[in-house]
Amino acid sequence: MAAPSTTADAVLPPSSSAEDNYLTHDKGILSWILTLDHKRIGVMYLFSVMTAFALGGLFALLIRTELLTPGKTIVDHDTYNQLFTLHGAIMVFLVIIPGIPAALGNIALPLQLGAKDVAFPRLNLFSYHLWVLGACFFMTSLIISAADTGWTFYTPYSTSTETAVIPAAFGAFILGFSSIFTGLNFLVTIHKLRPPGMTWFRLPLFIWALYATALIQVLATPVIGITLLMLIVERVFGLGIFDPSLGGDPVLFQHFFWFYSHPAVYIMVVPGFGVISELIPVFSRKRIFGYKFIALSSVAIAILGFLVWGHHMFTSGQSLLAGTIFSAITFLIAIPTAIKTFNWTSTMYKAKIHLDTPMLYALAFLWVFTIGGVTGIFLAVMSTDIHLHDTYFVVAHFHYVMMGGAITAFFGGLHYWWPKAFGRMYDEKWGRFGAVLVFVGLNVTFFPQFIMGTRGMPRRYYNYLEEFQSLHQLSSIGAYILGAGFLLTAVMLLSTLRRKPDAPANPWGATTLEWMTSSPPPYYNFRETPVVDRGPYDGYENLVYDKKTRGYVEKKATG
Amino acid sequence: MTLTIASLLNLQQQAEPPARPKLPESPLFWMPRPSSTLAPHIDWLFDVMVWISAICAVGILGAMIVFCMKYRAVSREANEVPEPSSDHNTTLEITWSVIPLIVVIALFVWGFKGFVDIKTVPKDSIEIHATGQKWKWLFQYPNGLVDDTLHVPVDTNVRIVINAVDVLHALYIPNFRVKMDAVPGRYTDLWFRATETGTFPIECAEYCGTSHSDMLANAIVHPPGGYEQYLEKAEEKIKLLPPVERGKLVAEKQGCLVCHTVDGTPKIGPTWKGLFGKQEVTSSGSVTVDENYLTESILDPQAKLVTGFPPSMPTFKGKLKDYHIQGLIEYIKSLK
Repeated sequence: MAAPSTTADAVLPPSSSAEDNYLTHDKGILSWILTLDHKRIGVMYLFSVMTAFALGGLFALLIRTELLTPGKTIVDHDTYNQLFTLHGAIMVFLVIIPGIPAALGNIALPLQLGAKDVAFPRLNLFSYHLWVLGACFFMTSLIISAADTGWTFYTPYSTSTETAVIPAAFGAFILGFSSIFTGLNFLVTIHKLRPPGMTWFRLPLFIWALYATALIQVLATPVIGITLLMLIVERVFGLGIFDPSLGGDPVLFQHFFWFYSHPAVYIMVVPGFGVISELIPVFSRKRIFGYKFIALSSVAIAILGFLVWGHHMFTSGQSLLAGTIFSAITFLIAIPTAIKTFNWTSTMYKAKIHLDTPMLYALAFLWVFTIGGVTGIFLAVMSTDIHLHDTYFVVAHFHYVMMGGAITAFFGGLHYWWPKAFGRMYDEKWGRFGAVLVFVGLNVTFFPQFIMGTRGMPRRYYNYLEEFQSLHQLSSIGAYILGAGFLLTAVMLLSTLRRKPDAPANPWGATTLEWMTSSPPPYYNFRETPVVDRGPYDGYENLVYDKKTRGYVEKKATG
Repeated sequence: MTLTIASLLNLQQQAEPPARPKLPESPLFWMPRPSSTLAPHIDWLFDVMVWISAICAVGILGAMIVFCMKYRAVSREANEVPEPSSDHNTTLEITWSVIPLIVVIALFVWGFKGFVDIKTVPKDSIEIHATGQKWKWLFQYPNGLVDDTLHVPVDTNVRIVINAVDVLHALYIPNFRVKMDAVPGRYTDLWFRATETGTFPIECAEYCGTSHSDMLANAIVHPPGGYEQYLEKAEEKIKLLPPVERGKLVAEKQGCLVCHTVDGTPKIGPTWKGLFGKQEVTSSGSVTVDENYLTESILDPQAKLVTGFPPSMPTFKGKLKDYHIQGLIEYIKSLK
């Protein structure tokens, strides 16, 4: 992180210009590592998560390259197994779970609330340091002998393989605490630090989504912590919990694992819903359609998400009755999800739509997430799931949801808040080009996987039946396009940091509070606590575009 | 990580993959050839969902494109304000909640019916035991014969009782639309009724380590009478073979060669080449490899484990007959 080199602003009084901001307020590496400022913690999360994303992405490209031919292409069996394990574990535990809440959420949440910081700034910093520690354990596993269990750590394979499962599992255990602390912090912040006049139904929908997410983080994550700890105890002391040769039950592990990991799917995607709910009204210049339905559907999804874990286990030998109940509740989740999609689409009706990069990502999200959502129905129907379970159909489905849902929303939000966080506008032309590449790459990579899956291609296969080769190659080409899109976007965004700050306070004409302060915001966010007397998406008509600053200002100020 | 630049450049020098089963030609776009009585229901329900999905995806995409074209803002400078429109409509919200609800309830009920059919094993089924082990399927028939290929009669209900000896596996036959996890320490089962003769691939669908993707087998569906004939002939043939050849066949069929090589390279277990008569350091002292040690190691592999190898081998007690073990010993002896 290069702070802009302005020597003069140190002598200026803090409130006299936008140049004294949180990026320039303190200098030196320690002022970052030991900062209690939510924005700096968010920025550190952002760069750490993006680094992990690059690493996980590199593993994905190696996997796709290996799968160009049915036999050996570049790596051997065991290396391939380690690659997909690392890809999955890094993307889930280091990237998607902390991605939107900890990186974008830390930057935007207190600002959207008009607050000075989160409720517990030290806990917030601790949560980031835990993330780094967890990441170190992952890297340790990578260096010793990368785990080859798949990100699911299924027993008894994970208790019997000779690879370094313990550091990886312990890393995930620590990352769980990082996630719990962020969730706890956000819950308290949203309850206690709302400004005067901001009632629950005047909260931006991003905050509603983070609230629902935080509930899951706090309630579900301890279960995976305990489960992974039991796995470690079994490996180290030979205590029989999951391993049948020690008298344990391997299916018990699956129950424990999915009791967390299914709700975790919503930790990954609900914040994405929140981002999309911010983007669509702002770039449509229109109040969001069905605010309350969108807000409450996030909470409904969070609650229902706890009761469906068994749908990952229809072929595990679980009873017919259990399977039936899990299947039925799974279908119920389709309803709040459908409600959201319909409301987002309706918001664009009779709107004035600006197709800037964040909006392109939002549109990509709508289409891709619809596909990801409806293909979930195929897997919730018990009879078809028997055929589709553990095939590429599942792989395609969750990549459409995680990659197409969580990651496109993340990138949409990243472009949207980039001017706010760093005070620099990104390059619109390259930004749009990147978004189009990502959208095309995503579909070319993952759509063929649906076809492979239905035709009987199991997941986690190093060698495969020859008839699947052309579809695999198509999928790999898509992965290269996707990789190019992300690389281009990263280079474009990073290059803006070399420029002087040029972003206006409110480039998009948004009406949520974070745009009421300068870009980048001052150290204490707001010079005075804002008072809220309207909904988060009210008052677009009171803002006008100012050509000189390339941002929006209050109408009366220009008149 | 064994990835190097050299290996990246050597794309053309790839090792030949092992001979793999082939999926029979399918008349369907999405699904593999339907070859069991369970397939039509599943394929029909799948098609219904494909159409529902297509309608949703095209509908959302269409609305997005139409709205973006019709309501696109000219420029930011123009400061266009959308014409007033409602920001909520409870009737509409309820409509688009209730319609999907009805659709998913219908799908749930159909899925449930199909699932009950998949789970309800007909009483007149013949039973075959399948055992998953790293990385081979073994099928044991009612007469005690063990083979690495699944042989079944056409138009007959077949129940496969499944278990695993080491880690999780899953028995998956795409053409029959059946899949069930093989769990160590418990029995699971599945059933099907093949509707046509032919050869169909079996795949392991639950990740099980190094050679997970090579844990393949064939299911051969015999015409009427062919299954019984196969059972009689196969065991008779094994018994009449000379011991060395009998041992070789047993080694292949029982999956011994997944872990033991015959060319001198150690794998998961010690190589068999030159093993007989050798002095080995084991977990309970030094032993000379003779008939007694080999027999013991087949029946109780962990009793005297050769140092440096993991305790991966399952016991073959009850799975092998005396003349199988005798054949194996003679075969190992022959590998000098």
